[in-house]
Amino acid sequence: MAAGAQTGSEYIKHHLTNLTFGRDSEGVWKIAETAQEAQEMGFYAIHIDSMGWSITLGFIFIFLFSMVARKASTGVPSGLQNGIEMIIEFIDSNVKDTFSHTNKLIAPMALTAFVWVLLMNLMDLVPVDWIPKLFDLGGVHYMKIVPTTDPNVTMGMSLSVFFLALFFSIKNKGIGGFVGELTLHPFSSKNLLIKIILIPINLFLEGVSLLARPISHGLRLFGNLYAGEMIFILIALLPLYAQWTLSVPWAIFHILVIVLQAFIFMVLMVVYMNMAHDAGDH
Amino acid sequence: MSINLTLIGQAISFAIFVWFCMKFIWPPLTSALEQRRKTISDGLSAAELGQQSLEKAKVDVELKLSEAKVEAKNIIVMAEKRQGDILDEASAKALEETSKKIKLAEQEIEQLSMRLKESLKKDLSKLVVEGAEIILKKEIDKGAHDKAIQDLVTKI
Repeated sequence: MAAGAQTGSEYIKHHLTNLTFGRDSEGVWKIAETAQEAQEMGFYAIHIDSMGWSITLGFIFIFLFSMVARKASTGVPSGLQNGIEMIIEFIDSNVKDTFSHTNKLIAPMALTAFVWVLLMNLMDLVPVDWIPKLFDLGGVHYMKIVPTTDPNVTMGMSLSVFFLALFFSIKNKGIGGFVGELTLHPFSSKNLLIKIILIPINLFLEGVSLLARPISHGLRLFGNLYAGEMIFILIALLPLYAQWTLSVPWAIFHILVIVLQAFIFMVLMVVYMNMAHDAGDH
Repeated sequence: MSINLTLIGQAISFAIFVWFCMKFIWPPLTSALEQRRKTISDGLSAAELGQQSLEKAKVDVELKLSEAKVEAKNIIVMAEKRQGDILDEASAKALEETSKKIKLAEQEIEQLSMRLKESLKKDLSKLVVEGAEIILKKEIDKGAHDKAIQDLVTKI
């Protein structure tokens, strides 16, 4: 446990608080000292730990892959290149199966999302107290090391995908086609009057399903990882000698969740992109 | 746990990472994979071709071998025939030669006998002359005469 004086709920709350930099109630930009203060900072604040870890992990991805890409040999691949190529082929085949149009952006984006999310999820397997304790010794009192347990991170990615999908929708179908898709389905009629009456109903239904996509996309990843992290924290509350009986099986199970969630995030991204490119099949 | 600027920061870093990946990671790796795939398929088809030409060469070899066998057989047959011919010729020649030699020998024998007869005739005539001389010397004695003739006859 972080400190002997902490109660269980304080410990949990401590572990679920981000290191937040923002403007406090007096209008001063500073790092929040308590969870309460962090909460009060509102929108004009930034989670330094989420950003820091996610960017660090992003750079690990970039570094690893570009190192291999720079000296990629067409002959017999070495160990690391082999692994990287397996991931590339895996992504490539998934994108080819799901995405039936040509867009040079989709496959690299799917690769980035998959590997980056996977790396961020992997931080969940680092014992919950190690890195926060280290930072605590250095005077930093809040440190959440799993970026995907921060809804800002997952929603940030899913909203990027959403806006990109809107962009490609309008680009491929035209504004008319896009609006038509929102207003003339699922209910349609040959009678013009009924058609007009049905527009608001269609708009409501399609609008909900459109907006639900980025939210469910982002929150699914967040929810899974947040719950996983929460259970690790709860396990850490057990007496030291008993922790392994639960943490080991949960960690093993969580390896599956980590990969699965990264995969689902990537596949949904490709599916939404494919929908944005499907013109005139309704 | 509240929504804040992290959202936008994350979106920006996501965009940057995707851009970097699209620019510097994805193209070289996929082109390397594609190139390797091509190399492998080229190698496989080359091996296929090699296999095919090997099969063809085997068939060719088989064909050439059987042809060579037939030719060899022909040569042997011809050689045998030629041998027979040569033998026949040789024996014919030998026969001719022998008959020639026999003829020559016969001629020689004839000549010899002729010569012998000649010399015999000469001897005989000499003997006749001698006998006549003896008879003439001893007068004409019918008995002796006859006896001398008889002697001559026996001498001949």
